[in-house]
Amino acid sequence: MKKALGLLLVLMLVMSILVTGCSQPAKEEPKKEEPKQEEKAPEQKIKVGFVYVGPIGDGGWTYAHNEGRKYLEEKLGVETIIKESVPESQEAEKVLNDMIDQGANVIFTTSFGFMDYTEKVAKANPDVKFLHCSGYKQLDNMSNYFGRIYEARYLSGIVAGMKTQSDVLGYVAAFEIPEVVRGINAFTLGVRSVNPDAVVKVKWTHTWYDPAKEKEAAKALLDEGADVIAQHQDTPGPQQAAEEKGVWSIGYNTDMKEMAPKAYMTAPIWNWGPYYVQEVKAVMDGTWKSSSVWEGMKDGIVQLAPLTDVAPPEAKDAVEKVKADIISGKEKIFVGPIKDQTGAVKVQDGVVMTDQELLSFDWFVEGVEGKIK
Amino acid sequence: MDFMTSFLAAAVVAGTPLLFATLGEIITERAGNLNLGVEGMMLMGAVIGFKIGLITGNPILALLAAMFAGSMGALIFAVLTISLRANQVVSGLALTIFGTGFSAFIGKDLVGQVTPNAIKLFFKPLEIPGLANIPILGKALFSQDLFIYLGYLTAIILGIYLYKTRKGLNLIAVGENPGAADAASINITLYKYAHVLLGGALCGLGGVYLSLVYVPAWQENVTAGRGWIAVALVIFAAWNPFKALVGAYLFGGMDIIGFRLQGTSIQISQYFIDMLPYLVTIAVLVVVSMRKSKKNAPPKGLGVPYFREER
Repeated sequence: MKKALGLLLVLMLVMSILVTGCSQPAKEEPKKEEPKQEEKAPEQKIKVGFVYVGPIGDGGWTYAHNEGRKYLEEKLGVETIIKESVPESQEAEKVLNDMIDQGANVIFTTSFGFMDYTEKVAKANPDVKFLHCSGYKQLDNMSNYFGRIYEARYLSGIVAGMKTQSDVLGYVAAFEIPEVVRGINAFTLGVRSVNPDAVVKVKWTHTWYDPAKEKEAAKALLDEGADVIAQHQDTPGPQQAAEEKGVWSIGYNTDMKEMAPKAYMTAPIWNWGPYYVQEVKAVMDGTWKSSSVWEGMKDGIVQLAPLTDVAPPEAKDAVEKVKADIISGKEKIFVGPIKDQTGAVKVQDGVVMTDQELLSFDWFVEGVEGKIK
Repeated sequence: MDFMTSFLAAAVVAGTPLLFATLGEIITERAGNLNLGVEGMMLMGAVIGFKIGLITGNPILALLAAMFAGSMGALIFAVLTISLRANQVVSGLALTIFGTGFSAFIGKDLVGQVTPNAIKLFFKPLEIPGLANIPILGKALFSQDLFIYLGYLTAIILGIYLYKTRKGLNLIAVGENPGAADAASINITLYKYAHVLLGGALCGLGGVYLSLVYVPAWQENVTAGRGWIAVALVIFAAWNPFKALVGAYLFGGMDIIGFRLQGTSIQISQYFIDMLPYLVTIAVLVVVSMRKSKKNAPPKGLGVPYFREER
């Protein structure tokens, strides 16, 4: 009898978690301003689903996507539903079908690992529009989109290169994949465009999300003499390490000013809102077509967060100037001559690296201290 | 600070959350209850402690709140497994899932908040005069924050309690053979409840060290799997608080040695280093079972609910 009661209690505990864990409509729509949006509302009711790989509370990658979602709600007054912390497995497929059952007709899947599941569900549901972040597959009803965050990383490198006194910078890196390598290289090129003697030391953590471990990696870099810390993970752990040591840092994903007010200078950040509005609006107007988007600062998907007072005062003008060149297309960043770590010229003078080369980056530029693998 | 000292100091810091969680789990398992909810209790302590710290700015209150939250998690487990005699493994896993959800739910408004300065100052590294001058080890062990000293103290007190006091020996008896302990008129239910709750409180402390002192900002899932390493550490430490002290810092060191080695001439794959804690635990398990030493074996009554009628 008691055993049965115990089992029942355990079951109830599990059930209550499952129930609260299920996707719920986000209840953040601004109710007061709704009438204004009403007149724009289309015949077909649009419901937008967002599938997140992490919790919104990560303060980083997923947080940035969620800010984009909130912007979308505010601008277009559409209804959105979300599901956080979806594993990059079969589970994603279930979540997608669940969202379609709930009436979602536009769905954003915001992590690389959702790609194949998105594709599969997209094929089965031709009426629903899918937009997948950071992948490469495309169907008539499935777009892929991503941003050239390396442009902003190059700019943050300029700030860091001007600030450093030891000429040693630390980079807390996530995984040995082209996206991360590209970011480190862009950062290093930025640093060395203003400070040719500086070196960037790299530490791999093999995590996207472990605040304590990432802080520890930053501490190791600081002990090796780095006085500016940059990072690729989704937590502010490295920022905290710099703050405690009394040196400086470059964030990532979102403005991390509050996390380390004395260390934080700026951050390459994501600004998905305008893109989300543009795409959903196209769906509403019936003009939507699937596309493959890899845009940068020109379209505003990628930005550099405002420089704080900690950043060197002369950096502001320098950044503005280069930023204008990036937007106008004059500054391509990965343009020869680029040397690799051994000093051999990898990219000839005047040659611009192609997107294909950028997407399969597997070597470090001169000035990086660290190994891939 | 040279390479060795700064590495050892960092290892002690990284090992501290593991130490508290391991001590908590040792005490729980010594009472014969295998609580796999360490991760959940750590997260509950982490979020409640952080929230109270943020509201009051008082480090002592924050720690007490974390202990309370951890023991409330343990209470759920205790009611299920001690009074209702439910399956301990299932209950513990459910507690981990519950604790993770609970901390995310409570922590929703805490995202992006940083530990108040008053608490940061309280947990500033303090040198212990004299001891800190011991070469290499002195700086690593005795130039740390108060929380870490609390860790040394807790481990030593628990060790003395377990092996040198009557109550501690009673506890060992409860874990080894509750029937015999019952016959010796030891109150089994009371002992089990008290120590499962105490274990939860210690896990809560381990969690709040991460959120309040180590990171120090609120982030969902701040423990990132450390609770599971603690479960492995209990086996490594052979249910002995003194060995846990060594083991926790060893595992803490293994957690971070990769970063220190990257960039030196010694090249070991980071993936291999990530495996180390588990490899070492398996190795210890193999050695222990080969030697068949009673001293290092798990409590005999571990995982078995106690029915007086079945005695």
